[in-house]
Order: sequence, then C-alpha cells, then structure tokens
Amino acid sequence: MYAQLVETGLKQVRAAADMSPEEQAFQARIDDGIKIEAKDWMPDAYRKTLIRQISQHAHSEIVGQLPEGNWVTRAPTLKRKSILLAKIQDEAGHGLYLYSAAETLGVSRDELLAALHSGKAKYSSIFNYPTLSWADMGAIGWLVDGSAIINQIPLCRCSYGPYARAMIRVCKEESFHARQGYDIMMSLARGTPEQKAMAQDALNRWWWPSLMMFGPSDAESVNSAQSAQWRIKLFSNDELRQRMVDQTVPQAEYLGLTIPDPDLRWNAETGHYEFGAIDWAEFHNVLKGNGPCNRERLRTRVKAWDDGEWFRDALAAHAEKKQARAAA
Amino acid sequence: MSKEWPLWEIFIRSQHGLAHKHVGSLHAPDAEMAVNNARDVYTRRNEGVSIWVVRAADIVASSPADKGALFDPSNSKVYRHPTFFPMPEEVKNL
Repeated sequence: MYAQLVETGLKQVRAAADMSPEEQAFQARIDDGIKIEAKDWMPDAYRKTLIRQISQHAHSEIVGQLPEGNWVTRAPTLKRKSILLAKIQDEAGHGLYLYSAAETLGVSRDELLAALHSGKAKYSSIFNYPTLSWADMGAIGWLVDGSAIINQIPLCRCSYGPYARAMIRVCKEESFHARQGYDIMMSLARGTPEQKAMAQDALNRWWWPSLMMFGPSDAESVNSAQSAQWRIKLFSNDELRQRMVDQTVPQAEYLGLTIPDPDLRWNAETGHYEFGAIDWAEFHNVLKGNGPCNRERLRTRVKAWDDGEWFRDALAAHAEKKQARAAA
Repeated sequence: MSKEWPLWEIFIRSQHGLAHKHVGSLHAPDAEMAVNNARDVYTRRNEGVSIWVVRAADIVASSPADKGALFDPSNSKVYRHPTFFPMPEEVKNL
C-alpha cells in the first residue's frame, strides 16, 4: 500500500449518536454509495485524513521514481531504456493526479511538497530500499507495482470523487508497469544461469518489503475502522496482502524462481497460501527513517527542488512579463 | 521568493468527434506551458487530438447548496422524455 498507517486523529469510530445532523447526512451519503465532491460539506477529520492519505500516496509516486532513475543510463538495451523512461514519466504523472486530488481539499501542492521535504510527511517504506542490479527493475515492476495495483483498484470506488477519478487513471497505466516488470523477469529467468541468479536475488530482496507495503495487520485499528466507515479504505491490510501472495506465488513458479519463505504453503481448505511471519521491527524502523536509503532519497528530492528553484522562478517571471506586455 | 504557479483545468477532445472532456488539472506559469504540460501528462497514450486549458480560478461553478433549486424542478417534468408517451405496437418509426 502506498499510504501506510494513515492517522484519522480519532480515538474511536464515530457513532451516529455523536454526529451532528450535517455529519449524519454526510455519512448517509457515503453509505448510499454517493460520491463526496470537493465543494460538499465534510467533517474536518475526513478532510484531514484524506489529505494525509492522498499526499502520502502522491509522495510515494514521486519518490518511487528515484530507485528506478538509478538504472536509466544502465538499462541493457535501448528498448528497455525507453520503457523504463516511459514508466518513470508515468510515475510523475501519477504524482500529479494525486497532488491535484489533494489540492481540491484546500491545501496547495507546494505546502504538500514542503511537508515531504521537511520529513514531516511520509511515503511508502518500499522506496527506501536500494536497487542493486538490473533485475531489481523487473522485481519492482512485478512485485511493487503489482502490490500497488491490488491496493489501488478498490480505491477507484472510494467515497471521495477526485481521489477515485485519479485512481482510475492511475490503474489504467499501472498494468503496463507490472507487465514490463514481469517481462524483464521472464527474460532473465530464461537467460544464462547468472541472469537467472540475478532474478532470484532480486526476488529474495524485494519479496518481504513488498509484503510490508500493505502495512501491519489493522484488524484492531481505530484509524482503519474509521477509514472503512468513510469508504476511503475498502479492504483490510491483511486481506490485500493475502491477495498479493495468492496471485504472485504461481507467477514465481512460472518463472522457475523460489519465494524466499520456508513457511510458504498452499492450504487447500482455505484456498489460500499460508506464509511466514513478517519482520515488523524492520518495517517500523524503515518508516522511522532508518531504512537503507531514507536519507539519500530525501536528500535527492530536496536537492532537485532547490536546484530547480531558479528555473521555476524564471518561468513565473517570464509569464508575468508577457502578461504585462499584453496588457500594455 | 518562489511564487506558486497557478492551477489550470485541462480538457481533452478524443479523436472520435466527441466534445472536450475534463481530464484533470495541473500547475503551470502560463497558458502556453499549461498546454505543453497537459500534452505530457494527459495525452501520452493517444487520448486526444485537442487540448483546452482554463485557469481554475476563472471557472464559475454551481454550489452544492443550490442543488435542489437548480435540478429538482426537472424531476416533475417527465413529459420531456420520449418514454412518457406510450405508442401503439402497430405504429412504426416513432
């Protein structure tokens, strides 16, 4: 999940008895499946939670460009390089759709970026891992974008109109990302023993962080229950994670690669795969800023923003000059 | 100093002769850059053959509070729909 551990600021789920008539009408619309639009009345906590969730999601798209940018100049062929560039360009677009959706809630994009750059706003833990070999481009598309799709498809039906519409656009483009990743994995898995070993090594490193993307179990979480009531979270973290494991294990089998989990086994009774315990200490540590690449990622983002300032200002000055001339 | 770039709403006409449709928004310092950015963001996969950009600040929208006054009156005028008039089976082409 690209937005992990989103706070609602509430200690317990809002009950009908605690709600003002306005809030009751708002909740009734959501229960009826009617979309909430930017100018509609909404509770402050709903607005704030959505800003946190959508901006975390947007930041993840933008920071997510960095691990892949690492391989643009070293892609093995011109075709792979063009595909990787197109994917990275898509990620910038996804960030833009999401920032735009967040802006409808009354916050500016520059404010959101400032929160990212100061370290106040979070982005997905997954992008704090390094991309050590070309095979990582395959594993990221396959596993990370694959997990993102599982998370994002339900959000196309979420209660907030601008967010749902942004998600529809994102999902249309995301299948390309997952498929190009699997295509890289297929090429490597069918290649030399060294290439196949690279693919296996990438799977070994990305498997567990990909499962962590969905966040810890939220069966007991007040934040998640409230978000579910608001319909900005449609399935629990565990449900989505299970879906990811169930669909990915056969894909790994096709590649002839081994999922790095000795406890993984098929349960014919439930019709699901059972898998081993996730190292949540690692997850929380990465989220706190101590992952392998947290500092580097943020430093790169801030540098890009600061280095681009003169250019943004120049374009604004040019626009003002042209406008003044047109008026004269 | 950095001033925030204004927000633009983007409308795209697809090649099938349909009207321009709102697809999203973006920031740009001026109209020309808004068109350039819209091309990069919203037409990467043959989505359209024409782009309109409109400053978001220039759009006048109806308010949710006026929904009743604006749209309820048409509910009682069902005769505006052709299905209001049942036609006999044997009468054709109507």
